[in-house]
Amino acid sequence: MSDPKQDIAADFKARRGRNIAIALGLVLFVVLIFVVTVVKMGANVLDRPL
Amino acid sequence: MTPTLSSTRLPATWQDFLQLLKPRVMSLVVFTALTGLICADTPIHPVLGAVAIFCIAVGAGASGALNMWYDADIDAKMRRTRGRPVPAGRVQGADALALGMVLSLFSVMLMGMAVGWFAAGLLAFTIVFYAVVYTMWLKRWTAQNIVIGGLAGALPPVIGWAAATGTAPLNAWLLCAIIFMWTPPHFWALSLYTSADYEKAGVPMMPVVAGPASTRRQILIYSLLFVPLCLVPALTGLGGAIYLGVAAAGGLVFLLLAWRVFRSHAGEAPDQRQDDGLYDVRAGAKDARNLFAFSILYLTLLFATLLGEHIAGRPALELLG
Repeated sequence: MSDPKQDIAADFKARRGRNIAIALGLVLFVVLIFVVTVVKMGANVLDRPL
Repeated sequence: MTPTLSSTRLPATWQDFLQLLKPRVMSLVVFTALTGLICADTPIHPVLGAVAIFCIAVGAGASGALNMWYDADIDAKMRRTRGRPVPAGRVQGADALALGMVLSLFSVMLMGMAVGWFAAGLLAFTIVFYAVVYTMWLKRWTAQNIVIGGLAGALPPVIGWAAATGTAPLNAWLLCAIIFMWTPPHFWALSLYTSADYEKAGVPMMPVVAGPASTRRQILIYSLLFVPLCLVPALTGLGGAIYLGVAAAGGLVFLLLAWRVFRSHAGEAPDQRQDDGLYDVRAGAKDARNLFAFSILYLTLLFATLLGEHIAGRPALELLG
């Protein structure tokens, strides 16, 4: 039988890794949308009523 | 068949979720899509070009996750796939499904907003074709599964081309046709020495349904159609002199290997090995293994040469006109 303490530790480690991966994925998503918006707007960002 | 949704026995790591995306398939898709994007010879903002390739990669990964969700029951029966996260019990089937759905929507929407809706439509079609038409229907129904289903793997260069230009001209479809015709000899060579697994899983691969002799004959026929097709880019101006040399020399080797498979007894005695290696096979199947391995090298060389020629800006050799 496996040691319950070791199982819990392994579970926490795996969960922590997954959480970090999700956080990085979300940051990447925000950065992507920001960069694409800037690139798509380009110089047109100045062409608006002030 | 109803897919098996395994219960999780081991804690899933982020690497398990990455494995759901089939990184090796993703790398090939990225490579062929990049070739399509570069061969279009149309300026595209580097950031948008990178986003387009990223979307295609994520879309391919999403297809992989959906495939692993649906095929968990047959994956568990084959030695090549039994270690995948869902059949191994590390990831729940529902999680694989959710990941595939979310990434599909994300990749198509981002492609549409950032690059264009034609490319996004092609990407959506590719994902649906692979996940629904191939995985859920063709794979378990007909021995022509990988022939028709191969379209999904052949479309990335067209999507890359469409991302750059908003159109899909003849040369883009030529790249698609090359991968499409490459798929049957490539996969049937593999299935000749893994047919016992496919039979056990109930997947109607060609050697299981039609027998090894018929499969070897069809490999040769497809190879005879595939190799001349690889020369066509040199005639349409897509490929240059170097491409023509690589396609011709590699094509001769491909035909030689296909001929040796045809003359061999590959697939006659199912391989009873229990390990997961694809390249270490019994002597009787070595010809099939050699064709399988060379087919990957040949396709890679063809696309790398096209990529190199267009990056270098070398004018293509116009053999006609």
